[in-house]
Amino acid sequence: MSEKKIMLEARNVDVFYGEFQAIKNIDMKIKENSVTAFIGPSGCGKSTFLRVLNRMNDYVEGFALRGEIEINGEKIYRKSVKVEELRKEVGMVFQKPNPFPKSIYDNVAFGLKIQGITDKAFIEERVINSLKQVALWDEVKDQLKKSALALSGGQQQRLCIARTLAVEPSVILMDEPTSALDPISTSKIEELLHELKKKYTIVIVTHNMQQAARVSDDTAFFYMGELIEFDKTDKIFTNPSMEKTENYITGRFG
Amino acid sequence: MISVATKNRIKDKLFEYWGIISTLIGIVLLVVFMTDIFMQGVSRIDTTFFTNSPSGLKPETSGIFPALLGTLWILFLTASISIPLGVGAGIYLEEYSEKNWVSTLLEINISNLAGVPSIIYGLLGLEVFVRIMGLGKSVLAGALTLSLLVLPIVIVATREAIKAVPDSIKQAAYALGATKWQTIWTQVLPSSIGGVLTGVILALSRAIGETAPLIVVGAAAYIYDAPDGVLSEYTVIPMQIYTWMPDAREAMKVNAAAGIIVLLMITLVMNGFAVYLRNRWQKKIKW
Ligand SMILES: Nc1ncnc2c1ncn2[C@@H]1O[C@H](COP(=O)(O)OP(=O)(O)OP(=O)(O)O)[C@@H](O)[C@H]1O
Ligand SMILES: [Mg+2]
Repeated sequence: MSEKKIMLEARNVDVFYGEFQAIKNIDMKIKENSVTAFIGPSGCGKSTFLRVLNRMNDYVEGFALRGEIEINGEKIYRKSVKVEELRKEVGMVFQKPNPFPKSIYDNVAFGLKIQGITDKAFIEERVINSLKQVALWDEVKDQLKKSALALSGGQQQRLCIARTLAVEPSVILMDEPTSALDPISTSKIEELLHELKKKYTIVIVTHNMQQAARVSDDTAFFYMGELIEFDKTDKIFTNPSMEKTENYITGRFG
Repeated sequence: MISVATKNRIKDKLFEYWGIISTLIGIVLLVVFMTDIFMQGVSRIDTTFFTNSPSGLKPETSGIFPALLGTLWILFLTASISIPLGVGAGIYLEEYSEKNWVSTLLEINISNLAGVPSIIYGLLGLEVFVRIMGLGKSVLAGALTLSLLVLPIVIVATREAIKAVPDSIKQAAYALGATKWQTIWTQVLPSSIGGVLTGVILALSRAIGETAPLIVVGAAAYIYDAPDGVLSEYTVIPMQIYTWMPDAREAMKVNAAAGIIVLLMITLVMNGFAVYLRNRWQKKIKW
């Protein structure tokens, strides 16, 4: 396990929204082909830290970052880095399913088309593969031209994951991807994560302790902008080193 | 002693009646006016009315051919000028411009421009397009002037339509590696096109009824031929109506009424189309 390559490394990362410091001096190393869960009470900075990893916060007013983040050996906040290129490497799935108001097919093909890819056969193959990977293919193969908005919430979220996979990123960031879904859709996505981590490095924010325990290899506990503890998920949930972590996972505060 | 609830109910009723009466007054006046015009003018509406030129000597066979084509020219040119400029400005203000006092000032001004009397635009057009740019009394000068009138409305409509596109859709596009421009072009615009078009059509249907600014920039009272180019002289339907109206001869009054019917029809069709687009768009996209 420990020989796994480091996919993502954060060093001394501070994040500010104007005067307010949302992330305080965080160091973190995330291994390739692993699932890392971010947990912690509301407002502790999980989403902020996650969105720093694909630079989705760049357009937020007053956003500022100090420190260094390296993904796949590249310092992503360097001036020479094109954010569009970065986001092809680091995909993102959001809390609320947000398919485009287009057909199922066009949703998955979007990421390829904007790269200027016009080879129809190539795109089609990617679309089919991506839909298969998220186990949506059998449900939608006869209605690829249908609007994605007609799908159920759970199907929409799997479509959004497929859309991200089609671009073939190395890292997939997920911000509470199941919190808007029913239990069955949730467990489908959790199963999916086990499959996906064979090819991808996954970071998932969740408020659901059982989910974190079920799906992740490593868990990071955030509290008021600080990374309190980061360790093997087993360790965090059975024998955490920090009292704050223990209090949180046993539900003494939240 | 009347209870508060009863009092409120009475107030509620009074307000409702007031609303109904105001609406009725509006509708009744409109119906009276339309019937009057219709009775006067409908007998004149046949093909010759559309294909003949106006004539001071033969009022019975005068037609609106040059004015109709002038209006269509103006419509087409105004649309070609104001849509790209207005939509572009709307996109810029909504998606690109930074929020500071300059942009706030700009926004307030654009909203206010929509309320400036149209004759003011005529005076501006006269100075800038007719004189300085030397376009003379041409269709192009008229269309540019009306574009000024239409632009603020198009800009505001575009911004409103763009604002209605949920942020989550833009985020999704960005997260897949789309540039800002790709996001706007492939997601924001297609999703807001219905709203943009609705605004554009409503603005244009206002523009083709305008007379005042065109009188100033030189729509001619008597024109016997359709425009044959952007620098051609022209007249428009409201202008034609305006020249027929004061004529003492009964047949000219009939012509004016018939002209009004045609103008009303055009506006009605355009507004109907705008409503159709809006409904279709709302049905197609449910977030
Ligand atoms: N755009 C913003 N501008 C200013 N402050 C922000 C912004 N986004 C987040 N914050 C603040 O930063 C802190 C961390 O927010 P963040 O969204 O990262 O929390 P979170 O851990 O994801 O919470 P939740 O579990 O509720 O999603 C909060 O105090 C929040 O108010
Ligand atoms: Mg969050």
